[in-house]
Amino acid sequence: MPEMTLQPEKTATVVEPTVFELSSPGRTGITFPEPDVPFTDLPLDLLRSNLPLPELAEVDVIRHYLRLSKFNYSVDDGFYPLGSCTMKYNPKINEDTARLQGFAGAHPLQPIETVQGALALMYQLQEWLKEISGFTEVTLQPAAGAHGELTGVLIMRAYHQSRGDHKRVKMLIPDSAHGTNPASSGVTGLQVVQIPSDTRGNVDLAALKSACDDTVAGIMLTNPNTLGMFDENVVEVCRIVHACGGVVYGDGANLNALLGIVRPAELGIDLMHFNLHKTFSTPHGGGGPGSGPVGVAAHLADFLPAPLIGIVEEENEEEDIPPLYGFVTPAKSIGRMKAFHGHFGMHVRAFTYIAMHGAEGLRDISEYAVLNANYIQARIKDVYHVPYDRICMHEFVAEGQFEGSSVRALDIAKRLMDYRFHPPTNYFPLIVHEALMIEPTETENKGTLDAFADALIKIAEEAKTQPELVKSAPHTTPFGRMDEVKAARELVLCCWLPEDYGDE
Amino acid sequence: MTYIPHSPKERDAMLATIGVKSLADLFQAVPAEYRFPGLNIPPALTEMEAADELAGLADANSTAGDDLISFLGAGAYRHYIPAAVDHILQRGEFYTAYTPYQPEISQGTLQSIFEYQSLMANLTGMEVSNDSHYDGATAAAEAVNMAVANFRGKRGKIIVSPTVNPQYRATIRTYTRGMGLTLLGDDPNADLYAGPEALENLIDNDTALVIVQYPDFFGRLNDFTGFIAKVHEKGALVCVAVNPTALALFKTPGEMGADIVVGEGQPLGIPLSFGGPYLGFFTTRKQFVHKMSGRLVGETVDSRGQRAYVLTLTAREQHIKRERATSNICTNQGLMALGAAVYLSLLGKSGLRQVAELCYHKAHYAAEQIAKIPGFGTCFTEPFFHEFAMCGPAPVAEINAFLLEYGIIGGYDLGQDYPSLKDHMLIAVTEMNAKEEIDTLVEALREFAGEVDNA
Amino acid sequence: MTNILPNLKYSDTDEWFDPATGKIGLSDYAQSQLSDLVFVEILVEPGDAVGPGKAIASVESVKASAEVYSPVSGKIVAVNSDLPGKPESINADPYGAAWLVQVEGGDGKGMKDAAAYGKHCEERAH
Repeated sequence: MPEMTLQPEKTATVVEPTVFELSSPGRTGITFPEPDVPFTDLPLDLLRSNLPLPELAEVDVIRHYLRLSKFNYSVDDGFYPLGSCTMKYNPKINEDTARLQGFAGAHPLQPIETVQGALALMYQLQEWLKEISGFTEVTLQPAAGAHGELTGVLIMRAYHQSRGDHKRVKMLIPDSAHGTNPASSGVTGLQVVQIPSDTRGNVDLAALKSACDDTVAGIMLTNPNTLGMFDENVVEVCRIVHACGGVVYGDGANLNALLGIVRPAELGIDLMHFNLHKTFSTPHGGGGPGSGPVGVAAHLADFLPAPLIGIVEEENEEEDIPPLYGFVTPAKSIGRMKAFHGHFGMHVRAFTYIAMHGAEGLRDISEYAVLNANYIQARIKDVYHVPYDRICMHEFVAEGQFEGSSVRALDIAKRLMDYRFHPPTNYFPLIVHEALMIEPTETENKGTLDAFADALIKIAEEAKTQPELVKSAPHTTPFGRMDEVKAARELVLCCWLPEDYGDE
Repeated sequence: MTYIPHSPKERDAMLATIGVKSLADLFQAVPAEYRFPGLNIPPALTEMEAADELAGLADANSTAGDDLISFLGAGAYRHYIPAAVDHILQRGEFYTAYTPYQPEISQGTLQSIFEYQSLMANLTGMEVSNDSHYDGATAAAEAVNMAVANFRGKRGKIIVSPTVNPQYRATIRTYTRGMGLTLLGDDPNADLYAGPEALENLIDNDTALVIVQYPDFFGRLNDFTGFIAKVHEKGALVCVAVNPTALALFKTPGEMGADIVVGEGQPLGIPLSFGGPYLGFFTTRKQFVHKMSGRLVGETVDSRGQRAYVLTLTAREQHIKRERATSNICTNQGLMALGAAVYLSLLGKSGLRQVAELCYHKAHYAAEQIAKIPGFGTCFTEPFFHEFAMCGPAPVAEINAFLLEYGIIGGYDLGQDYPSLKDHMLIAVTEMNAKEEIDTLVEALREFAGEVDNA
Repeated sequence: MTNILPNLKYSDTDEWFDPATGKIGLSDYAQSQLSDLVFVEILVEPGDAVGPGKAIASVESVKASAEVYSPVSGKIVAVNSDLPGKPESINADPYGAAWLVQVEGGDGKGMKDAAAYGKHCEERAH
């Protein structure tokens, strides 16, 4: 055991106090009217003794959160080439439409006659997602991508079981798949079988064939995969899995490459989730809320979670009566994935976004997203090794390491912050050493892409000439690298009002 | 091309750098027969046209605060949201950021989540909180995952009280498909007048978790202290699903000995928004922290000696633990958690208590007035918070249709979920319901009773 | 430099087994690959039968998570109940204070000796 010298714990500098530290007895940020009804006695034996919440004035609260906001990097602030996350610009109009009183004020359980606007919007969004993907039916209920995956896997299980096929216990997952897929399968009790990639970044067909038998529930395929490659054999992959009775799940995280380019259902994919917070530009919110609708082919439609939005009374054109939208429960539904009908606020934003693009605009999105990724790839590939060097889709993966330098992908990521860029995704996918996964999205202009490529090239140079500079980065950010071991070992997860709070 | 900034000249220069002739050439890997299908989606709208179309759709809804009065709750509640909450949420620095995986440039998000965790732990009387689940229903389902993991799969029984929100119960049923568990207690035909003790004979040494609700789906307040002690004697864990506003006044599940507290955070400054996005909160005791799913922020220091925050214990999570993870949650409700934190910071100790007291007094006034109407009554006798079950002289659908004529959205039809509560309506009253609105409801119900009487 | 004790047997998945005491733990190479350990959970109890492929513990570091498998067949006679309270001792003293469980009946046949294991570690360092 190494010799340890005890040093007095240095108190960390507090850059911004917490709301608990800012609290002062007797303050409040808001007051409410006095009751306009007679008082009713409270049940004394059920009351809590103390409510230890902070007390702040409105100005304290605003200044606190404004100061905190300045410590954040965001899409509104700059380029965010985070692979597989599709950090495109979030149009401001979407924020306004989602906040319209008729939407924001609607209770989810109101009589359907009073919420026809909301239901019509959801119905139309289902239709548009069907048209974009080629699927027969879409549910808007799942709350995020991973929630959509869970929905999909539960549908796959229910489908097999409904046919009396109980021996399908395996889920095939290519090593280039999205990172959440193994957990989504694991939590439903399926065994995960990893399928390797071939030298072109496609699913290895020989390995796939040998893994396929009558115990396979299906495959979870990310296409384009996390290498940014469109699987050149995708139709064959689907055929092989179908031949053994398996179902093909498509992870739609990378759909930003495919709008108007190809309909996943036509390739043979049986079901897929959409990430409205990636492809359809609903904001990421610093970690959610997302929205993960799921589309399915006809044979899986009966298993969708309940409820779906449907037309419960047809339009009567003669009498000029519009259709009545309402809720529909599929015949063999897996049940409910969450309370109510999904992240409606995100549906409004995605609806606005699709309406403002139209068919041509949607194809533009994918074409320019792919153009931007290939452009950065072309600009840096002489300096950064790109292990799968072919035309990529909306993202690509480079290696963040150099012969003769101890600088690693993590250091490059941190150094990019000094150039005022958000780092790419690093250390994923796992099949590329020191991976830097770069997804520029379509909303960035050539000037930004050039500046980013220039910064990467400059950092590669620094890695050779001034490695310490790179390895100790970032230098210009408000905070430096974190002591993650301290966080995990000491586990300070909450703060409280001081013990003597309120004592005079 | 609204949000795509390329000029044709720039595009061509970029294509030349890549070494292809056209945008279409970038898609050679896509099978030709399926390439460029042509989508049947209407032509693009300008922002002005889209704003107009969306306003039209929004106007096709009638909502409380607009032209209707509402007494609908059942898991989502209309509360006053201070203006400052949305001003913070509309800052691009917060809402256009990603998950804070790069702590050097994400301290705004990280510290605000840390504060959210602290606020929720304090509110629920627990020791730790995660950074949120999708909603109250999925948080309850995650409590099952945690309990099963805690016993490493050796206990296979989950007891869910029938008075837990039916949508939570349905979600738990979906989530546990394939987990090989036995769900008990989740019976809509159970005796709803019985207290939690009625569940005791279901609990044994194979029970991992018992889930109860506080106030329960019918608004009733039960002190679970004795019950939780009994469950603990069998070694099982207890999860209490709560309404966060009620906790401003009433004894916390923490004080009662609960192991897990979950709930719907929507009442904490989040708009109804037709059902989402909301906020599932999840708090527990420190001993269970490694088994809890979801993101977690912890305090640390940076290389410059500054106090700072990071995502911690990430090896519990799906992207590292992969198929061995107990939950697949990834993106959660970050911005909604921020909204709740701002709301709680603004209201603080006195504001939240005021809201809860207003809800309590107004709901009791409403219950008292309704009980005076011939043919109507309140059916349970236990103390309640801001929601109560009312029985009426006719099917709820009939009463609600009548009320809607008066511009009133009536309560939730309990007969949908509980056969024995046919003709029972769940009425929610919050600080947003002025006495005048309650009197209007009472007047309309009196009129309905008169019509029934005359029929 | 990876520390490999000559008196122990090693598995391909980096568990060590002490034929003299029946103790099982994680090798120095394993702890250095995992980096700073923050959580240990021992999944078995005295009296449990274990065999190759049976998970005996689950560990988490700041960046990774792993299951620890029994490299031998036998019966658990003791578990190191101090370890979950100080997972960092796996980093500090992987062959001493950080033993995980003690097994009776295991012989370590088919496991690597120190030299072979050293080669195994070196091969993976690239």
